[in-house]
Amino acid sequence: MTEQNRHVAFICSKGNLDMAYPALVMGWAALGNGIDVTIFFTFWGLDLINKARVDHLEIPPVANTSMKMNMMGVPGYVGIPQFMGGIPGMTAFATALMKRKMEQLEVPPVREYLQMLVDAGAKLYACKMSVDMMGLKMDDFVDGVQSIVTAGDFMDMTEGAQTIFI
Amino acid sequence: MPTREIAGKTVQVNEEGFMTVPGEWTKEIAEALAKEEGLPELTAAHWQTIDFCRKKATETGSAPTLRAITAGAGVSTKELFTLFPKGPAKKVARISGLGKPEGCV
Repeated sequence: MTEQNRHVAFICSKGNLDMAYPALVMGWAALGNGIDVTIFFTFWGLDLINKARVDHLEIPPVANTSMKMNMMGVPGYVGIPQFMGGIPGMTAFATALMKRKMEQLEVPPVREYLQMLVDAGAKLYACKMSVDMMGLKMDDFVDGVQSIVTAGDFMDMTEGAQTIFI
Repeated sequence: MPTREIAGKTVQVNEEGFMTVPGEWTKEIAEALAKEEGLPELTAAHWQTIDFCRKKATETGSAPTLRAITAGAGVSTKELFTLFPKGPAKKVARISGLGKPEGCV
């Protein structure tokens, strides 16, 4: 009997821009270290593999108490007043800011990052219940998504894997 | 710092077996380390990757990340993972006589 390779499974349930990156960064690190990677996209996480949405993920400043104005060069940790966060354009502003910061760190955009993971051997799956709820189909997803699977299928294919919920 | 003999030469290594003095590296050492990593031989494409990593490390002082390699060495992600299967990040750096890549991408 051969020894089973280490396997890490990620469940991506969030579609905000900042929540797209944990699985991408850790998944890429895992692949680079010879670990098998499976990613299951569910609920809002489907935006990460939705062709129409992946390039338009956003980060809202509302209800994000960790987002301070030091990202914009204001010294210290001065918060963004919540009422200001709700002004039209603030989400777009925060999103552009985060994208710029990521670019400066040479972190690829989500679509390209996903493709890197697929090329490196990661297996991507969409959650059947969420897909049905949102009226999506395979054609809506980026290349590299293997299939639409049930929660039970996911359990079967991740037997023995370390699972991380995001 | 521990030392070990590779391809008839005594070199300095760290606890994880990565060489710590890039100047001690030779092509023969790379071939011996590649065998240890399960690669029977180094092809032209392997050397293209290794040469790029050595050059980059000379410029920046540390081993390039996988993305830096695919962006600069002329090998795609797919090719890189085929050339150095099962964990290219450490394999490429170790064979190239460099430390582990610093950086997450």
